[in-house]
Amino acid sequence: MKRFLIVLAALAALPAWAERNALPTGMPAAYQSECGSCHTPFPPGLLSAADWKATMAGLEDHFGTDASLDAKSAGAISAWLETNASRRIQAAGKPPRLTTTAWFKREHREVPTKAWQDSRVKSAANCAACHRGADQGRYGEREIDIPGIGRWED
Amino acid sequence: MRPYLLLLGLAVAPSLWAAGPAQFIAEYSAQAGAGFTADAARGKAFAGKNWGVSEKLSSCTACHTENPRNPGRHAVTGKTIQPLSPAVNPERFSDPAKVEKWFKRNCKEVVGRACSPAEKADFIQFVAGAQ
Ligand code: HEC
Ligand code: HEC
Ligand code: HEC
Repeated sequence: MKRFLIVLAALAALPAWAERNALPTGMPAAYQSECGSCHTPFPPGLLSAADWKATMAGLEDHFGTDASLDAKSAGAISAWLETNASRRIQAAGKPPRLTTTAWFKREHREVPTKAWQDSRVKSAANCAACHRGADQGRYGEREIDIPGIGRWED
Repeated sequence: MRPYLLLLGLAVAPSLWAAGPAQFIAEYSAQAGAGFTADAARGKAFAGKNWGVSEKLSSCTACHTENPRNPGRHAVTGKTIQPLSPAVNPERFSDPAKVEKWFKRNCKEVVGRACSPAEKADFIQFVAGAQ
């Protein structure tokens, strides 16, 4: 029964990307200005709460860079990330990368290899290269435009 | 006297201090000491220098490009970075806390140490004057 409900929940969540904002309400301003300065402000719902906790605990040595920030902003960001974290997505490695989860790979399996290798994309974590509304939390299909390939029609 | 007042202003109210590139240049020049004059050519050489500290982030221009009026691209994440030129992007060099934060972070990564006030003044002179 539990499993059935989970599957149902997963299905129900599918079409929602077009309408839903992946940066839920209550986002601290510092999330955009800090966590959105070097890369896309990632959707909290694509990592588990434990993985966000681990990410926030290791900001001084964050993928080779120092992303540490003042305690007040860090606290507000952690609380918001953990509240809106995924309950389905599994542990995403050390350090956690949402781009390595089974969910992410499945969702992107139809994206051609050459798109990932384009110099304008550079990294799978460069969501905004293809999702033109990513900085504002919008991942609907109508806003997908892949460098070198163009608009995405399913 | 004037630089001294600016310095005082920065020390007292860093977050309230509304500034432009000229104030930053004056402030850092004052810190650099008597007789220092910021120089755009030195700033350009500084920005383009390969410091040999980080392979991917070898120079400031690795992310900000050689022309401060152009948008840059983060050398690791690929994210577009808005132009550093305050003529093109008026938000630049207006918030002392932000400017100091990024000098600290980027200098450590690229140069391997903090940048000196003289280097900061030269860098802004170059960026603000870019045509
Ligand atoms: C100084 C730059 C910088 C800042 C600030 C920063 N990051 Fe990062 N972050 C990086 C880099 C570089 C990577 C590695 C990206 C890559 O490999 O494409 C990264 C990767 C990540 C990843 C893994 C992405 C993936 O591949 O799935 C997460 C999650 C992350 N950052 C979260 C955060 C959070 C949360 C904050 C704010 C507290 C933050 N980052 C602030 C530079 C930064
Ligand atoms: C190289 C281009 C590219 C990059 C980079 C990319 N995506 Fe995607 N993404 C796509 C495409 C294309 C689809 C649609 C796939 C399909 O319909 O089969 C998609 C689908 C999605 C969806 C589902 C949308 C829906 O309507 O079902 C989400 C959510 C998403 N991506 C999030 C992300 C996040 C978060 C990142 C960065 C960590 C990212 N993507 C990076 C190309 C990309
Ligand atoms: C890894 C890529 C990268 C490198 C290399 C880099 N920067 Fe930056 N820099 C950034 C990012 C990201 C920001 C903040 C994002 C934004 O405001 O657009 C930034 C912002 C700045 C700012 C803030 C300006 C303002 O008022 O908004 C200054 C000053 C600056 N960088 C100077 C430098 C100097 C000097 C160097 C070389 C020692 C350098 N940067 C190298 C990525 C880089």
